[in-house]
Amino acid sequence: MCVCPGPRRIGIPVRSSSLPLFSDAMPAPTQMFFPMIRNCELSRIYGTACYCHHKHLCCSPPYIPQSRLRYTPHPAYATFSRPKENWWQYTQGRRYVSTPQKFYLTPPQVNSILKANEYSFKVPEFDGKNVSSVLGFDSNQLPANAPIEDRRSAATCLQTRGMLLGVFDGHAGCACSQAVSERLFYYIAVSLLPHETLLEIENAVESGRALLPILQWHKHPNDYFSKEASKLYFNSLRTYWQELIDLNTGESADIDVKEALINAFKRLDNDISLEAQVGDPNSFLNYLVLRVAFSGATACVAHVDGVDLHVANTGDSRAMLGVQEEDGSWSAVTLSNDHNAQNESEVERLKLEHPKNEAKSVVKQDRLLGLLMPFRAFGDVKFKWSIDLQKRVIESGPDQLNDNEYTKFIPPNYYTPPYLTAEPEVTYHRLRPQDKFLVLATDGLWETMHRQDVVRIVGEYLTGMHHQQPIAVGGYKVTLGQMHSLLTERRAKMSSVFEDQNAATHLIRHAVGNNEFGSVDHERLSKMLSLPEELARMYRDDITIIVVQFNSHVVGAYQNQE
Amino acid sequence: MFYRWLSVVHRHRASRGWRNWSSARSSASVATEHSVALPAQAQVVICGGGIMGTSVAYHLSKMGWKDIVLLEQGRLAAGSTRFCAGIVSTARHLSIEQKMADYSNKLYHQLEQETGIQTGYIRTGSIFLAQTQDRLISLKRINSRLNVIGIPSEIISLKKVAELHPLLNVHDLVGAMHVPEDAVVSSADVALALASAASQNGVQIYDRTSVLHVMVKKGEVTGVETDKGQIECQYFVNCAGQWAYELGLANEEPISIPLHACEHFYLLTRPWETPLHSSMPTVMDADGRIYIRNWQGGILSGGFEKTPKPIFTEGKNQLEIQNLQEDWDHFEPLLSSLLRRMPELETLEIVKLVNCPETFTPDMRCIMGESPLVQGYFVLAGMNSAGLSFGGGAGKYLAEWMVHGYPSESVWELDLKRFGALQSSRTFLRHRVMEVMPLLYDLKVPRWDFQTGRQLRTSPLYDRLDAQGARWMEKHGFERPKYFVPPDKDLLALEQSKTFYKPDWFDIVESEVKCCKEAVCVIDMSSFTKFEITSTGDQALEILQYLFSNDLDVPVGHIVHTGMLNEGGGYENDCSIARLNKRSFFMISPTDQQVHCWAWLKKHMPRDSDLLLEDVTWKYTALNLIGPRAVDVLSELSYAPMTPDHFPSLFCKEMSVGYANGIRVMSMTHTGEPGFMLYIPIEYALHVYNEVMSVGQKYGIRNAGYYALRSLRIEKFFAFWGQDLNTLTTPLECGRESRVKLDKGMDFIGRDALLQQRQNGVYKRLTMFILDDHDTDLDLWPWWGEPIYRNGQYAGKTTSSAYSYTLERHVCLGFVHNFSEDTGEEQVVTADFINRGEYEIDIAGHRFQAKAKLYPVTSLFTHKRRKEDVELSDLQGK
Repeated sequence: MCVCPGPRRIGIPVRSSSLPLFSDAMPAPTQMFFPMIRNCELSRIYGTACYCHHKHLCCSPPYIPQSRLRYTPHPAYATFSRPKENWWQYTQGRRYVSTPQKFYLTPPQVNSILKANEYSFKVPEFDGKNVSSVLGFDSNQLPANAPIEDRRSAATCLQTRGMLLGVFDGHAGCACSQAVSERLFYYIAVSLLPHETLLEIENAVESGRALLPILQWHKHPNDYFSKEASKLYFNSLRTYWQELIDLNTGESADIDVKEALINAFKRLDNDISLEAQVGDPNSFLNYLVLRVAFSGATACVAHVDGVDLHVANTGDSRAMLGVQEEDGSWSAVTLSNDHNAQNESEVERLKLEHPKNEAKSVVKQDRLLGLLMPFRAFGDVKFKWSIDLQKRVIESGPDQLNDNEYTKFIPPNYYTPPYLTAEPEVTYHRLRPQDKFLVLATDGLWETMHRQDVVRIVGEYLTGMHHQQPIAVGGYKVTLGQMHSLLTERRAKMSSVFEDQNAATHLIRHAVGNNEFGSVDHERLSKMLSLPEELARMYRDDITIIVVQFNSHVVGAYQNQE
Repeated sequence: MFYRWLSVVHRHRASRGWRNWSSARSSASVATEHSVALPAQAQVVICGGGIMGTSVAYHLSKMGWKDIVLLEQGRLAAGSTRFCAGIVSTARHLSIEQKMADYSNKLYHQLEQETGIQTGYIRTGSIFLAQTQDRLISLKRINSRLNVIGIPSEIISLKKVAELHPLLNVHDLVGAMHVPEDAVVSSADVALALASAASQNGVQIYDRTSVLHVMVKKGEVTGVETDKGQIECQYFVNCAGQWAYELGLANEEPISIPLHACEHFYLLTRPWETPLHSSMPTVMDADGRIYIRNWQGGILSGGFEKTPKPIFTEGKNQLEIQNLQEDWDHFEPLLSSLLRRMPELETLEIVKLVNCPETFTPDMRCIMGESPLVQGYFVLAGMNSAGLSFGGGAGKYLAEWMVHGYPSESVWELDLKRFGALQSSRTFLRHRVMEVMPLLYDLKVPRWDFQTGRQLRTSPLYDRLDAQGARWMEKHGFERPKYFVPPDKDLLALEQSKTFYKPDWFDIVESEVKCCKEAVCVIDMSSFTKFEITSTGDQALEILQYLFSNDLDVPVGHIVHTGMLNEGGGYENDCSIARLNKRSFFMISPTDQQVHCWAWLKKHMPRDSDLLLEDVTWKYTALNLIGPRAVDVLSELSYAPMTPDHFPSLFCKEMSVGYANGIRVMSMTHTGEPGFMLYIPIEYALHVYNEVMSVGQKYGIRNAGYYALRSLRIEKFFAFWGQDLNTLTTPLECGRESRVKLDKGMDFIGRDALLQQRQNGVYKRLTMFILDDHDTDLDLWPWWGEPIYRNGQYAGKTTSSAYSYTLERHVCLGFVHNFSEDTGEEQVVTADFINRGEYEIDIAGHRFQAKAKLYPVTSLFTHKRRKEDVELSDLQGK
């Protein structure tokens, strides 16, 4: 039975025809308060659209795994664009029937939508010298879900050197991605702290003195932190560092970043799981920790310190390095592996971790247990806890949880949990002067664009902004007319680049608005952005992008030092 | 530091004949061997071997000063002078600039004959194009002013334009001005010719010698420290161009010379198929932001783009100097403009895009004169890319200044002392020159204000006034309200007051003026320069009696309007002085006098006396309460009778206003209207303002701005220093005999000159003109600088103008001369001469009839309103 509602991560078996198609896209409480009738209506109204969508993206045999196609070189990419184009025209036709009046967004309207969530950070320079290997970053996100399930975080470590940047792709609601986005960096920072600093912080807490700040966040105003859970989160974090202090053997061995990252990921996931099992006397918090645990999130985090770049990845978001070759062209270096069915070693790992008789059911229809697209994730206790534990927690949990179809549902063939882990795969890269930038993005971007195009677009954007090669007449015979047309051409090129002040926004513009020729088509962009909330998710996923720009001079100086 | 540049230039010259100057180099006297030791002393040391330095040397030596050393850090004429586009253009906005350019043109014309050095002088003439009607008006204004000082020019038809310059596209033009005697010349060769002539007159020239700093003792120049040793000298002239700022700061006592360089680009092409004739006129297309001249059969074209690139903000930077490259992308708008103007040039082949930094000043005028801090330290720099046009004239004026103590023309508009240290911030300069450079080709409409570098000095009431709709102008860094936009006015419409016709604030100012006449208005006039002079004995009175023409030995509490005159009897400053007590005086001068007046007082005060001179400008906020009800407001606030019996006119008293004590209240308003000036210690400013406004409410009080003040003072024939009065006008020439006490019992500066003038009569007379057949709504408004015609003969120029809401006419102030019809010589002007003339004012080529008055219209001073004229509307708040 194919039960994949679009490119969403989790499919739910349809038990009754009235089961809302969108249930998993909404956070559980919202869904509960929607009258059933509305859901029925929705499924009736958009049934056709859904159908066509299935036909072209999911159910056409075999299921087109878009991500796999992305790995093939250009010709294949070109063939990919054609069915997509058909699909687009077809759905347009459908839309035309249901909404006879066309409405287009003007370029300023498009810009205001695209720029609503954009954020830029420049690492401040002191005395005109920038000692950080990071120049700054641009980030942005474009929602498809309502509310958006993606999250992003960026922070500078204050007690150790280095900068942390991460994108988090939530599923089954945004609770888990939200929690991870506000907590993970603290876990990482704590893991990186030397023993003395941990002691100092613990002593400060104990004696009520002011704490050392650990992180300097770089947040867009829309990126919020939960106030209610702050105390709970802090206590869990404190328990973690207390354990780290106790575990310390006294030798001040160098802290291994890779190990710290892995520990932090695992510890946070563990805490999420524990908090849900223990519960909280405050009913709001109790419900919150359960929602966090029952929803899920992937994470892709980069830690940059000087020339040392670590990427820790859990799930199918991706980190891509933009490298400028000597001839000025751009090439992409992938710094993370996707944890999904397209990654053979992941499939192999899952099969090895479970008894042989489960080999066929553990990965089914390219999904974990036939349900989940990413093979590693935070939260998602449905894939981690034993059936007993799940039932116990749900029964003792609040009514909202009990009434939820999704949480009550136990995955089929669920014999030997856990099936899912939050343990990241960490890759290390030593930055070179030709490594100009790093793109961290959720799969919403990688589904629509080839990595080579991503790197080329960002690379051209960044260089266009900083050093478009100046023209010199030097010895050539050039007439005023020739020079003039050359200059007007260059200016036209520049002005299209200058429309965006943010590399991430520029990428999103291309991701959403690119036509078959690889250039932004305003009409297409306008149509995509004016889709009603309920429909948007059919045509695209949430997109979250962080573009980190490196300072080649500083990186080069590091290289020369050694 | 110019070596690298130079080597580039040399290569060009060798291969392409970039500039023909070999003849100059061969004249041995110029290129003195640099191994020769410097003289130990000289009378004058000039720093800078560009057009400015050589011109000063040339003129000084001509005037008989021989002991002069000129130092150049690189080679002669190798800085901006070398890269100058070589256009000599006389069409300038300021009269003094027109005169300098005219003199330069004549000088260069005969220079080749005088020195035997080829300067490449060709009288090509120039054409100024107008793409808009407003631009044409601007050209017509310049045209009528050029004509009266004897520079031929005319407004020409488009057909004529096409004849003069067949390559021009004239389809989008509305008109043009032709100045036939403008020329092109090789600026480097001019500088070399001047240097050669100077060295023949005894000036010693040393290149590759850098001035490190100037040695100063007791406020006087004593010598110069160079990288090749010291030279003792009496005078130092800073002609270091874009490096003048740094050189000024290199002194122990820094001298601020506010200027900043911007990159400037122009294009050189190869000859056209049929090489362009060398007499092809130069084209200035200001709306297109470009200039075009012929150059070796091809063209040379540059311009002043909207987005300039400031350079050398952090001072001399070897890296930047070496990296001065062509920036074609930056030049693209200008190239588009060029090809639009001359489409046929498309096929012309490019030689190169030259990048030559030009120096700009905060107010678009050059900087000349003596430093206010160090005697004998002279400056000539900041030419705003008109160095070649001004070079000759500016050098001449500066030489006169050094030799005679003052130049033969009033150069206040260019005087270094119009600036202070406050304009010397690098950030300010960087931002301001980015506005100034495009402004060179922007349309200059009446009453424009700079937009950058604002809000530097403000009164404590700034925010309060701003919230009430104040629109601001800036003077010497100080924000002053122009007028107050009422809450119900459409703001968007008001921003379009850039017009030569009736501006959109007309009604607003009218209501402010009305309120001044009928009720009471408050104007924040804190920007005025305020000094206090105190002494233990009578020295203060003595020195002031010597420095000022009026009698200051008045009872305590009296205010005296008086002039601070120079030896020639001309106004160095026009101020009001209040005698606070026997030994202390409070002096109020125009805003931009802060540096100049201070320097003048310091220069004339005895070195070692117990006189105390203090600048208290920043200590007081000044509120001007103008109007018949000001008396009521003040007496209510101070519980003191303020009627003329108790508080006569021109009287000063410290009293309490509201809770605040020690407010200096003066019964004068600078407008001739009744009212008071309040000088309030700044911490009380907000309190007093609030009290005045709340008490004043029932008397119909409102805020007013400087435009209202201006209208009031001009209709009353109140002349202001800096606009109407300058160093060459005497009190007798503007009807102020009453402010001069020739018989006050002691000598004062300028007394002899005035005595002589009283005997001989004056040669010009400040006169008030009331425009008769001028339609305020439809005709162009007068501004200043409009020619005055008496019986059809040119007789002088206006100095300021305003619309009088009381007379419902435009009023202009201006000087009337009596030029002999036969010889053009100036003759004595009598009251009779003024009264018997028929006058016309020329506004952009259109002459309007005007009535001349030597004294203000008396009816304006009577404020009695007849009972039967009272209306119901007088009962409502204004």
